[in-house]
Amino acid sequence: MDARRTLLRRIKQYDFSLKELNLYLDTHPTCQRALAMFAKYKKLREQAISEFNAKFGPLTPEQNTDLQRWDWIADPWPWERS
Amino acid sequence: MWQYEKKLQYPVNIKNPDPKMAKIIISQLGGPDGELAASLRYLNQRFAMPYAEVKGLLTDIGTEELAHVEMISAILYQLTKNLSTEDIKASGFDTYFVDHTTGIYPVAASGTPFTATYFQSKGDIITDLHENMAAEQKARTTYDNILRLADDPDVRDPIRFLRQREIVHYQRFGEPYRTR
Repeated sequence: MDARRTLLRRIKQYDFSLKELNLYLDTHPTCQRALAMFAKYKKLREQAISEFNAKFGPLTPEQNTDLQRWDWIADPWPWERS
Repeated sequence: MWQYEKKLQYPVNIKNPDPKMAKIIISQLGGPDGELAASLRYLNQRFAMPYAEVKGLLTDIGTEELAHVEMISAILYQLTKNLSTEDIKASGFDTYFVDHTTGIYPVAASGTPFTATYFQSKGDIITDLHENMAAEQKARTTYDNILRLADDPDVRDPIRFLRQREIVHYQRFGEPYRTR
């Protein structure tokens, strides 16, 4: 469970960076520095999400790749201690 | 957490404004059996749900209801575009207009503002699932009533889609009873 938590924490950090850049870009849509940083974290996030999906399952319904089972519903849910 | 997608779940393209119809349809935004109450009902209830399948169901239907809030709001926006003062007075939309102009604000058709008393989160899975099945049927009846009052095919089409979703959600909420 520790490896899962560590990787999820990393995804959350990328998500937060992307969220901050998103809000900043909403009011500064031509800022080249922010656009470059957004692209950088987006790529890092995509890699981390792929790794998470392969090891621990989906974070969204669309990421459910198991053709035998709908893993989307699997515990734990985010509000539960794990 | 949530991510927004910049699209409607089902298209809304209404050519002719109709503020009188907006005054009726707004009940499915902020009324007793509306989409906002539906979303909050499921997204609150899921924390007390012990079964993974139903945690998923409440999360996913609660999320879909947010997309329905957006569809109803798009219908209201298009029905109240480019109104003349005469349109506003003659349609009875003036009682909403005075407080909200043409901004989207959750009220029932009667004008009563949205309230959390429209839904329950009881912390009891049997009670909550029955609440949800009843809520889906009540929303279905409201859509049937809107379809009795609406002539414009541009309005009827997305309303019929939303009515159909109530039936699907009712069906899904009934299924946890039989799987265990």
